[in-house]
Amino acid sequence: MPPTNGTNGSHPDRKLVVVQQSGGNDYLNSVVPYTNGHYYDFRAHTHHDPEDVLKIDDTLAFGPTMGPMKELWDEGKVAVIHGIGYPQPNRSHFRSMDIWHTAEPVEISQEGWLGRVVRELDPKGENVLSAVNFGVGLPRALGCDGVPVASVGDLATYGLFPDLQDEWLRKYALEAFAKMYGAAAGKEAVMGFLGQTGADALKGADILRTAPERYSSTIEYAGNGIAKSLRDAAQVMFADFGARIFYTQHGGYDTHAGLKTAHPQLWSELAPAVSDFMDDLEEHGHADDTAILIFSEFGRRVRDNGNGADHGSGGVAFLVGNKVRGGMYGEYPSLAEKDHLDGDLHFNNDFRGAYSAIAEKWLGLDPAPIVKGHFEAFDLFE
Amino acid sequence: MSEDIALMAHLMRRAGFGASRAELERHAARGYEATVEWLLRPGDPGDFAEDIAKRRAVGFDEGGAAFELWMVRMIHTNNPLEEKMALFLHSLFPVQYMSQGRALLNQLDNFRRHAFGSFRDLLLALSRDPAMLLFLNNNDNHRDAMNENYGRELVELFSMGVGNYTESDVKQCARAFTGWTLGNADYMAVRAGKNSFDPYGSIAWHFEYRPDDHDDGSKGFLGESGPFDGEDICGIIARQPAAARFICARLFLFFASDDIDDEGRKAIDDMVETYYESGYELRAVLRALFNSAYFKSDAARFARVKAPVELVIGAVRMTGASPTPGAGSAGANGASAAMGQALFRPPSVEGWHEGKEWIESGALVQRVNYVAALFRDADKPGVRDIIDRIARSNGGVYSPEQAIALCLDLIGPVTASQETRDQLLEFAARQGSVDLRDPDADDARTRIAQILALITAAPEYQFA
Repeated sequence: MPPTNGTNGSHPDRKLVVVQQSGGNDYLNSVVPYTNGHYYDFRAHTHHDPEDVLKIDDTLAFGPTMGPMKELWDEGKVAVIHGIGYPQPNRSHFRSMDIWHTAEPVEISQEGWLGRVVRELDPKGENVLSAVNFGVGLPRALGCDGVPVASVGDLATYGLFPDLQDEWLRKYALEAFAKMYGAAAGKEAVMGFLGQTGADALKGADILRTAPERYSSTIEYAGNGIAKSLRDAAQVMFADFGARIFYTQHGGYDTHAGLKTAHPQLWSELAPAVSDFMDDLEEHGHADDTAILIFSEFGRRVRDNGNGADHGSGGVAFLVGNKVRGGMYGEYPSLAEKDHLDGDLHFNNDFRGAYSAIAEKWLGLDPAPIVKGHFEAFDLFE
Repeated sequence: MSEDIALMAHLMRRAGFGASRAELERHAARGYEATVEWLLRPGDPGDFAEDIAKRRAVGFDEGGAAFELWMVRMIHTNNPLEEKMALFLHSLFPVQYMSQGRALLNQLDNFRRHAFGSFRDLLLALSRDPAMLLFLNNNDNHRDAMNENYGRELVELFSMGVGNYTESDVKQCARAFTGWTLGNADYMAVRAGKNSFDPYGSIAWHFEYRPDDHDDGSKGFLGESGPFDGEDICGIIARQPAAARFICARLFLFFASDDIDDEGRKAIDDMVETYYESGYELRAVLRALFNSAYFKSDAARFARVKAPVELVIGAVRMTGASPTPGAGSAGANGASAAMGQALFRPPSVEGWHEGKEWIESGALVQRVNYVAALFRDADKPGVRDIIDRIARSNGGVYSPEQAIALCLDLIGPVTASQETRDQLLEFAARQGSVDLRDPDADDARTRIAQILALITAAPEYQFA
């Protein structure tokens, strides 16, 4: 049996799944202000026609390919968080993503906000699978000294030496790896740290490898990357390893061009993947314990550049789940030119407020040390 | 294992990306100091088939191709230290990809040109470098509307460090760089957005000085005053003791050790002395470092965690693999990115946090899997060479102990702990003795490759 998780926080069964829309998801074409004349003026070449969008109310609509999100919305399971961002927007992907990851808009920090969450949830680092990343490369959001995080490219082949076909040879190599790193873990300084990391990685890999065979579901996910990642996340979640934080990325939303082609295509992958994942959670009894945060590092320029839009600031985030209080949060920033911030929508709510709500209301943690301060939080959960 | 070879391997891991045994023998025959000299005076980088690389990178935009092209050059260059210095300077003066791939490639040429010259000239070249001007917004630094971004980072992150200047120095420094901008900036921005490579992408990014936008008033900077411009500023910085110590310490951390102990501090003192004696010449400073007793000592061996780029390029060079440029995670840059170091995508203007911070579980799995898979292929030219060398010694028959010792020697030499050697031995012993006398002994060759792969998975191999 895998070690049980520490039980810090008052809701030990609750999980958070984070989906990062990498590259800057366009706000205006995701949640479309379809009755606003400015939208058609500024997006002369890249607007969605009013008859194509999926109307939410008299002013706003989801983009044409977000049907499954619209259904979840109709079921009251989607919170739309408007105008999300941070003061003094930075239009570099990397810096802006860093800011979202570390919850530090000014100082440069190495410590991820979810890393701090995991440290609170499992202070002794007893479970090497408290947080699992699905995809290539560990996002800084999960990085934190002394916090083990598993990072899985492809669950079906995850682990050390996936290219070793010979089962015995692989077993011997893994045994040797375990003993070499186990011995190193007892040493000093960097060698000791490396040894511990190797031992953790192996332990996590050993456990994770059993997830696919324990999984059975009637849900058929699509074959694209984000669907696969969320299916991997479901497999790990349902295997009851005590994982609490799940992280994955979908991209590339950097639609300097292709706002009318690539952007709807991305949502046509993401929206069904989220909806299938929700169905899967329902089927396995995890739907009431799971919340999904969908965010991007920034929105895009109000005025399009022909067939795309450049880097902007204020954006939109979504929170999805059975226990999420569906609805609109915050205000859609004004599209009028005089209200722009250097050509961008003005952010009007700090992303650290959303983080605070998740930490406090969902995971039962004191948000202040996680977001480094006190931020007004919406009442996002039932 | 001969000490000459071990020392040469150490030098080549640091001043290059490692070297095959044949290369080590060549260098050792020439002698240590002569090899240092050869490294410090790069010649023809050789043919690395840039055209072919570009053709294979079809579908990648200019930036993507820039990352891959640099990787290809690191793999094939005859001037290892030149590329290592370019990597050092990219780590020290990091810029991020912002659709300006051609400017990035030009910047690397700029770094290669100044890597061994005077630190003052390097700072000046950096201050005129289009990729840097753009990244730190000096093109928005005007006489009547100052932008401090470059002025601040120049003194803070690039040359001296916090505590060696005042806020007023930052402002005066920024003033001196007003009017230092990009030629034809608006047009360039449009062209960069098109993002093509060749033939339309060879954009002539260039520096432009606009006297009418330059503040030529008197400035007080680091205790001196005058109508300074950027060139004066670089000269003033280069003679500061703080700058001498800064650049020498950064070179030490990159080439010698992740930590600076008392002996290391003395080595840096010597580098600083050389810095002044040579008129700030980086070649002289590097020579002092590589020839120092500290660098050659046991304390400096395997005292650095290999950065992902070093690990990937080192393994690719030694095995003679040639990963497809631009093939995402299968390519060398994709592999390195998965381990935490994507070229031209440093986490911030501070660059990467090196040393211990390269180590996390996901990255470690990627490191081990990528390198082990390369060495497990007994048909890769470099692996074949190692196995042939083993076959030629000792009559081609080995006990497991002998096989391990030969593998550890020829892949590095790598110094392994007793525990690691025990595990390698146990792994080898499960396969029985190894007999390579039969030239068609595929099975034995494969078993040697398996041992080599396991060595690359060992903790010791993660260090350079």
